[in-house]
Amino acid sequence: MARVLLKQVVKSFQDQTVVKGLDLTIPNGSFTVLVGPSGCGKSTTLRMIAGLENVTDGEIWIGDRKVNDVPPGKRDLAMVFQNYALYPTMNVYENIAFGLKNRGLPRQECKTFVHEIAEVVGLTNYLERKPSELSGGQRQRVALARAMVKKPQVFLMDEPLSNLDAKLRNQMRVELTSLHKQLGSTFIYVTHDQVEAMTMGDQIVVMNEGRIQQVASPVELYQDPSNLFVAQFIGSPAMNILPWEDEESYLLGFRPEKGKISSSRQPVTDEKGISLRGKVRSREILGSEVLYYVDTRKGQIIVKANHDEELVAEEEEVNLSVAAKDLYFFDEKTGMRVKGQHVHSFSLAGGLV
Amino acid sequence: MWKEIALKRYPIRSKTGIPSQQLIEKFRPYLYVVPALAFFTLFFFYPIAYMVYLSFYDWSLLDLSAMEWVGLENFQALFTDNDFYQVLSNTFIFTVFTVALGMGIAFFLALWLNQRAKIYGVVQAAIFTPHIISLVSIAMLWMWLMDPQYGLLNAILEWFGLPAYSWLADTKSALASLVLVSVWKVVGYNTLVFIAGLQSIPKYLYEAAALDRSPAWKTLWKITIPMLSPTLFFLLIINTISSFQVFDTIYVMTQGGPVNSTNMLVFYIYEQGMDFYNGGIASAASVVEKVEVLLSCFDSFCNSDFYWMFQSGGS
Repeated sequence: MARVLLKQVVKSFQDQTVVKGLDLTIPNGSFTVLVGPSGCGKSTTLRMIAGLENVTDGEIWIGDRKVNDVPPGKRDLAMVFQNYALYPTMNVYENIAFGLKNRGLPRQECKTFVHEIAEVVGLTNYLERKPSELSGGQRQRVALARAMVKKPQVFLMDEPLSNLDAKLRNQMRVELTSLHKQLGSTFIYVTHDQVEAMTMGDQIVVMNEGRIQQVASPVELYQDPSNLFVAQFIGSPAMNILPWEDEESYLLGFRPEKGKISSSRQPVTDEKGISLRGKVRSREILGSEVLYYVDTRKGQIIVKANHDEELVAEEEEVNLSVAAKDLYFFDEKTGMRVKGQHVHSFSLAGGLV
Repeated sequence: MWKEIALKRYPIRSKTGIPSQQLIEKFRPYLYVVPALAFFTLFFFYPIAYMVYLSFYDWSLLDLSAMEWVGLENFQALFTDNDFYQVLSNTFIFTVFTVALGMGIAFFLALWLNQRAKIYGVVQAAIFTPHIISLVSIAMLWMWLMDPQYGLLNAILEWFGLPAYSWLADTKSALASLVLVSVWKVVGYNTLVFIAGLQSIPKYLYEAAALDRSPAWKTLWKITIPMLSPTLFFLLIINTISSFQVFDTIYVMTQGGPVNSTNMLVFYIYEQGMDFYNGGIASAASVVEKVEVLLSCFDSFCNSDFYWMFQSGGS
């Protein structure tokens, strides 16, 4: 177990800077998820922590050791790759034991460890098989076993579930979080899937264009995004964003499930907030929930409603209202969240738009 | 099902009683391979079979009508001839050294050149050049390089204060000199094939090995070489066959001499057939040569280290 510290870490490839001065503390024993769109620098950051990429500038600390010049094998960490990176010429036993043998572990001890870990991940009957003879899920388990057997201080995972089918992915998600609880090691997990990030991590690092946008717990990230990017990236469907002009110009946002629609001409809520008139363009019924795509004067808005409420028909004129407490304001130029007096002054000005 | 009903309703039967439709279905796959089979029979199987047939006769290119059946006498003559044993031994030594050195040097060159920089591309092109030059030209070039009086090699030796060497004129060094020329020619091609093989090994395997604290030699032994086994296997077969069939360099550089020290199977066959007009002996020696090539390839195929990788396609 160890804390991982990144101080002003920069990574450039030729004339392109992909990681731009990252400052990040990954607490000891945390499950930290780096999430962001493709090309945001999350995988590069992970690879720099692993030692697979050199750091252009800045410092990386694992525990109380600066590791900038420490080779990958001596950083006391293990990594699970997206495509598992199993050695195709070795069988499952050899794949798991390879790292142990290189640490000079006696053969008998090595055997005991491999059998123990194979038992944990349910691979005991497959030790003699080559990776090409295993299913995707089994390969994933070998990759995990190979990482776990080294008992590292830090586990690094680079989109380890992206090659699995949806059902297996859900199952492995649960298994990985319970594994983290069992081991208590520091996990650093990279994904582009915000659902994975929200369900697995206890600390989420949202990245975009080589910079950290926000570091927070899943709930905080959802309820209190610090800028427009985080607000739109986290949550599915994404937050609705509308232009708003009061005394100054802002961008106004609200989560789809916070919008209320009704076919009557009256606002459905007595709370102060905003009301918009619109027309239901289409609707999607997702089992327990319904998504309405509503065309308004300010643009298209998505509203998520419960199925048990009365359904609104397509092409119907509706009123859409959002309570003031559920509104977010963002600076038009910087995209940063604007808090405080603006919300207050706006909520008083609520009414029909 | 519809097909069965259709056949039942309109039974078309040949005289043998077997429905002709079924007959066509049965032979259809064979019909498809007939053109390829005919081509191979005419240009591959027939010449080999004819060569075996000729090895049982005493004949000469001077008078093909005077062929005489002699059974295994040609083979008997071959295997009681000490020169032939020397030819076999020369061929064997030449093949082992050419293949081992040609592949060994190429392997390490490929490891060194498998990097992304312009200079490595230039070196790759330079060492590949001998492969596109005709073997006769190469032989002429090396004859000059190895000339005892005016050759560059002796000039270099002299520059270092070492005594001049006879190279091709000495029975001790003539075969080694031919090995040197063949290795020089084959290294470029082998290197290029090795580089292609190395580049197809996924980078993440090396990253996983680095995280597993694998030392460089172990990564080479446990990852690079097993992953390269299809390439190694391919080069081993190609190099072995071409070494067994060496002819041009011997013909131009040594004519099998001095004192038969560089005479090898194909040149021996040529000498017997064309110079001494012993068609039967030449055919028998050709049969021996084919069997040896087949045996050496078979041996490589059966070598499990290479074979399993070839079978599983490295996946």
